[in-house]
Amino acid sequence: MSAPRYDAIVLGAGMSGLSAAIRLAQFDRRVLLVERHSLPGGLNSWYKRAGRRFDTGLHALTNYVPRGTSGTPLAKILRQLRIPYEALQLAPQRRSEVVFPAERLSFSNDIGLLESEVARAFPASREGFARLIECVRSANPFDAQAPFASARARLLEFTLDPELVEMLLLPLLWYGSALAEDLAWDDFVILFRSLYLEGFARPEGGVKTLLDLLVARAKESGAQLRMNCPVRRIVVEGGAARGIELESGETLACDQVYSSAGWVETRALAGAPAPQEDRGWVTIFETLCVTRTPHRARGHDAAITFFSQVERPRWREPAELVGFESGVLCCSDNYQTREEPAEGLLRATLLANHDRWSELPEQEYAAHKRAAAASLEELSARFVPDPRPQTLFRDGFTPRTIRRYTAHAGGAVYGSPLRHRDGLSGIANLFLVGNDQGLVGVIGTLLSGITMANLHGLYAQHT
Amino acid sequence: MTREEIVDAIKDIIRTIAPDEELSGLKSDVRLREQIALDSMDFLDIVMELRKRYGVQVPEEDYKELATLDGCVAYLHPRLKDRPAKVGV
Ligand SMILES: Cc1cc2nc3c(=O)[nH]c(=O)nc-3n(C[C@H](O)[C@H](O)[C@H](O)COP(=O)(O)OP(=O)(O)OC[C@H]3O[C@@H](n4cnc5c(N)ncnc54)[C@H](O)[C@@H]3O)c2cc1C
Repeated sequence: MSAPRYDAIVLGAGMSGLSAAIRLAQFDRRVLLVERHSLPGGLNSWYKRAGRRFDTGLHALTNYVPRGTSGTPLAKILRQLRIPYEALQLAPQRRSEVVFPAERLSFSNDIGLLESEVARAFPASREGFARLIECVRSANPFDAQAPFASARARLLEFTLDPELVEMLLLPLLWYGSALAEDLAWDDFVILFRSLYLEGFARPEGGVKTLLDLLVARAKESGAQLRMNCPVRRIVVEGGAARGIELESGETLACDQVYSSAGWVETRALAGAPAPQEDRGWVTIFETLCVTRTPHRARGHDAAITFFSQVERPRWREPAELVGFESGVLCCSDNYQTREEPAEGLLRATLLANHDRWSELPEQEYAAHKRAAAASLEELSARFVPDPRPQTLFRDGFTPRTIRRYTAHAGGAVYGSPLRHRDGLSGIANLFLVGNDQGLVGVIGTLLSGITMANLHGLYAQHT
Repeated sequence: MTREEIVDAIKDIIRTIAPDEELSGLKSDVRLREQIALDSMDFLDIVMELRKRYGVQVPEEDYKELATLDGCVAYLHPRLKDRPAKVGV
């Protein structure tokens, strides 16, 4: 290949690819960002249908803090990417809730509400919960040398009611665990802060507001963006990444490649496949339903309802097409926007089994999708105002849709259960960013792109 | 660059990184991190912005010299005195 034309090529214009590209370009690296789709965002993009704009994923931006707060993940991201706080136009949630067969707990962006809810519903656990909060506040979850510790095992120290433990864990598993049944204690600490100590918000205008800001920053910083540009392979010579080859056959040389395609996917692109069992299993079935009336006007003010139909919901791949034990219901109109919402929008999410959906014969797929959506709407009506009599528009997607649009093996939304905290891919000059590097979600993956670009691209080469 | 221009340059860099921080009352002899919220990521960005804007390389062992505004001037003035000021790159 010819002499390097780019210092870095970033594969994928999702959250992590965009943030990595901004950081590198901001400090004068010659950066090319390549994305197979015409729109940025990856797992969290947007589309237009029926005269409306829909987010493909966004329920909530986690880690909400008010303007002027420093040192938290959101504040760090804004500083590192040079994005002013106001530009995000964050509308904080009203409240959210966890609903189990025997009990319900409300929480909001003020931990005081959850503390009083725990005191009301589980008085014997009040003191243990206060100790847990203290412990989470003072922990350092970013010690890369710390051995794996199970969150479930550590939680035993706080002598909490077992049902309370399940109720506290459910939102954390849903918003961040690629492991089955459990999560690492460090991830528990990070997620507890993100969801309960900080909280939820939504940019007015949805994920597009955030993506527009990121794309503008990438361009201003000098990164080159190529959309509609699928990468066929990562060129590896002598054990090191040297560039990429596009589907068009064009090859582009560079010193470093940052890939947000995922661990399994990146290894396959580099011609060094990872074992099949490294594939992530968390994938979902989701429906969207626009309702004539906003939810609050129908007496429901929770932004997100995490529900379980059983006392101890399993967190693992369901055996059937979808799992009905637990799920997430997001009323996107229940954020405190400046303008009152004109309609309601319910997003309902269940765990799903990718292989089961993929094995369905083509002629049966649509019918199964309709049936699952109908069951999910019926189930939703037990927890939020019934969307069915009010429906103006509905849409939905399965793990097959996710795989087709994001190229993630198995339609995995949180990547491989194996984390690659150092971003190393096993191939020199090829680094992982995004879900599979460390943290998941919008905030987690934005931070991933930043920290990996800093570590491997900026700090390493600085002195 | 004069000493005053160096102070302005540092403040301008901090403003870029941390636009929410109030910089008007900064004391020149008190550690920056005691007056405004700057974490280690922010501090490294100051060092990298100095290199990007003015071409000064600050090796890691010298980071401590940049703890206060006075320290920044004492460290940077000999290195920048022959350069023209340019602010807001
Ligand atoms: C339905 C749904 C709802 C979600 N809701 C939330 C939420 O409410 N809050 C939250 O914080 N998180 C949410 N998430 C999770 C969040 O979306 C992800 O954790 C995060 O967006 C992942 O970002 P990433 O950069 O790691 O990967 P991705 O977003 O997958 O980005 C990878 C990019 O690489 C591109 N790419 C892949 N292969 C190639 C190739 N060969 N050539 C060119 N380009 C390629 C893809 O097209 C994609 O754009 C949700 C996810 C889903 C699916």
